[in-house]
Amino acid sequence: MTLEIILFILFALIGAASGVLMITRKNPVMSALFLILNFAALAGVYLLLNAQFIAVVQIIVYAGAIMVLFLFVIMLLRPDAEISILRTNPLLKYVAIGVGVLVFAQLIYLIFFFKPLNITPSDVAERIQIGTVENIGTEIYTKYIIPVQVAGFLLLSATIGALVLAKKKFE
Amino acid sequence: MIEQYIPLFLVLATAVLIAVGIVASSTLIGPQRPNDEKKSTYESGVKPFGSAKERISIKYYVVAMLFIIFDLEVIFVYPWAVQFKSLYSVFGIPVFTTMLVFLVIFEIGYLYAYKKGGFNWE
Amino acid sequence: MIPSLQDLFNILPPVIIGAGILIALTLEMFVKPAKKIIPHFAFLVFLFTAYYSLMTMDKETYSLNTLMSGGGLTNILYFIFTFGSAIVVLISYDFIRKKDIVSSEYYILLMSAVLGMMIMASAKDFLMVFLGLEQMSVCFYILAGINRRNLLSNEASLKYFLLGAFATGFIVYGIAFIYGASGSLSYLVITNAIVTGQNITFLTIGLLLFIIGFSFKIAAFPFHMWVPDVYQGAPTTVSAFMSTTGKTAAFAVLIALLLPLFTVGNYQIFGPVLSLLAALSMIYGSIVAIAQKDIKRMLAYSSIAHAGYMLIGIAAGIPAGSAGVIYYLLAYTFMNIGAFGIVAYLEGVEETNLHIEDYAGLANQKPVLAALLSLFMFALAGIPPLAGFFGKYYVFVAAIKAGLVWLALVGIVSSAISVYFYLRLVVYMYFRENSKTITVFDSSYSMLGIIIAALLVIIVGVFPNTVVELITHFIS
Repeated sequence: MTLEIILFILFALIGAASGVLMITRKNPVMSALFLILNFAALAGVYLLLNAQFIAVVQIIVYAGAIMVLFLFVIMLLRPDAEISILRTNPLLKYVAIGVGVLVFAQLIYLIFFFKPLNITPSDVAERIQIGTVENIGTEIYTKYIIPVQVAGFLLLSATIGALVLAKKKFE
Repeated sequence: MIEQYIPLFLVLATAVLIAVGIVASSTLIGPQRPNDEKKSTYESGVKPFGSAKERISIKYYVVAMLFIIFDLEVIFVYPWAVQFKSLYSVFGIPVFTTMLVFLVIFEIGYLYAYKKGGFNWE
Repeated sequence: MIPSLQDLFNILPPVIIGAGILIALTLEMFVKPAKKIIPHFAFLVFLFTAYYSLMTMDKETYSLNTLMSGGGLTNILYFIFTFGSAIVVLISYDFIRKKDIVSSEYYILLMSAVLGMMIMASAKDFLMVFLGLEQMSVCFYILAGINRRNLLSNEASLKYFLLGAFATGFIVYGIAFIYGASGSLSYLVITNAIVTGQNITFLTIGLLLFIIGFSFKIAAFPFHMWVPDVYQGAPTTVSAFMSTTGKTAAFAVLIALLLPLFTVGNYQIFGPVLSLLAALSMIYGSIVAIAQKDIKRMLAYSSIAHAGYMLIGIAAGIPAGSAGVIYYLLAYTFMNIGAFGIVAYLEGVEETNLHIEDYAGLANQKPVLAALLSLFMFALAGIPPLAGFFGKYYVFVAAIKAGLVWLALVGIVSSAISVYFYLRLVVYMYFRENSKTITVFDSSYSMLGIIIAALLVIIVGVFPNTVVELITHFIS
């Protein structure tokens, strides 16, 4: 076993364990903290899979910004009132388990039985380089410039929306 | 391949070591003589009342929201900055102007939030 | 490989709207009387873009590495979005002041939503579709809740956001499947993959999830549950905007994606699915609308039924069907904006005058408005020679041509049902006495917008062939 595989298994185990801990915590704040750990472990997995840019985005956006929002939303809602949802609606639990099993089975199929495209070994060497920041920078600032600008407008609309809807006194 | 991440790993390991070390040393070395008075919740000398799980004001949410938006915009600048030199040598000025347009959109959003008092603590 | 200025020129209408958003925001920040300027500015931007789209219709160009297209059908859709929005600006002007809603942001968000719709309509790539859809939807979520003091409006916004995000989840999941199976996000590559039959199972699952996600956006049964509450809770002019231009954008994506699959790929598997959605939406919308006493809810259920009629044209899977859908969308945009415009005109400062009883005896009090509302109701019910009739006619004929006679029959039956609730409103206005007269705030801007919509409903209805030939010319 090489160091890569050992690290991969380590990160994957941390990810899986923190995922289980996240959904079994009674306290939503604890769940959110385990979700951060889960995101961090996933970032490690991405890094080992040569998706460096995604790994960085995972840390900065997900483990950083999105989780801040998660915590604020938990504080904004009344955490105690939400616990009883699963108790009053037990059916919800089974639906959730069903969806989980379905997604799991599908992933198992895709990973072990599905041959995506006819990839030759030379393709693999090329594909390894795709995830680097350099490659992504070249792609989005040559071919995908217009989508980037549209994303800019999307974030602009979101800025307006956040202020219009959530600002206490809006003039 | 993986050797290039050794510095990163060292930084992380140092961070974890320091964090664990401080907590561990304070519990291990420090004297511990707990009593009921010490363990009770302390709130400005008054007896604590109500629950700590209060709903917090929406204004924190606005700050968090704006933080996320600007954080996402920075993500777009990062790969551009990494690739600027090599792209500039091929395409020239347009590489600069595209980012300029993106930043103008971004700055207008930022100025708007500023003008509307999005960063004011009311 | 970097887009040149020529590329930008090929997609000028969205670029104009984008520039308009930035200018309007700058005005709002730095100019004192911005509240008065921005509605007029938005109106002019929409009108100019509509004019420009019509004038440059005949050049069909692919640009930007086949991410987007310009010219042709895309420009007809641009025209629907921008001209529809121009009328929405007219009917909003006094409505916004009456309700004391934040004014500048309202118009800026209208423009932003139109930008998203344009991106959707011109997209030839799932990446662009997704960005355009999010741009449009985010603006819709905000607009639905922009009446901050009204609890119903807040509820509508939250409900719309949650279900919209759910639908987006379906769409992204579908896109992931499609990308995994074909290795590309481009429509062209995906059509080719369908033709060669590579990984066909996963492509089908992906496309099916994509269609389910869009069924939320076009408000087809059984993915309609957000529609009545959102259209009722949102400010009336916003409902007018969402139910027409938003629907047009979603249908534009479905047509651009599915028509090549039906014709080039000869891939018929979605025909039965779409037919089923169409039949259920028509019947459900028409029957439930009968039970509605609130005008906005009634129009919401009517919107579900109309989504069903339009889906017939796509399910037919032939160019004539899609041409019929676009004609239908053009007609529906103007008649529904007109109908909602009158509802907004009559609505009080608080959410009053929205019950069907309030419209009793309106013909005596406001004869012009009553006549115009009757016109829109006749058009929505599909009574010739108004635009609504020919919309239905074209999609039904396409269905029969494609061998879906049963679907056309279901459509005809549900049209017959829907006549009841549309004409009930007319009966209330003309043949019922009302004990109390309602207070109405007169607005010349709204009146102008409503009259323009009415004229278009008549013109599009009188010259259906010209319009449909134009669309068919570009579609094939």
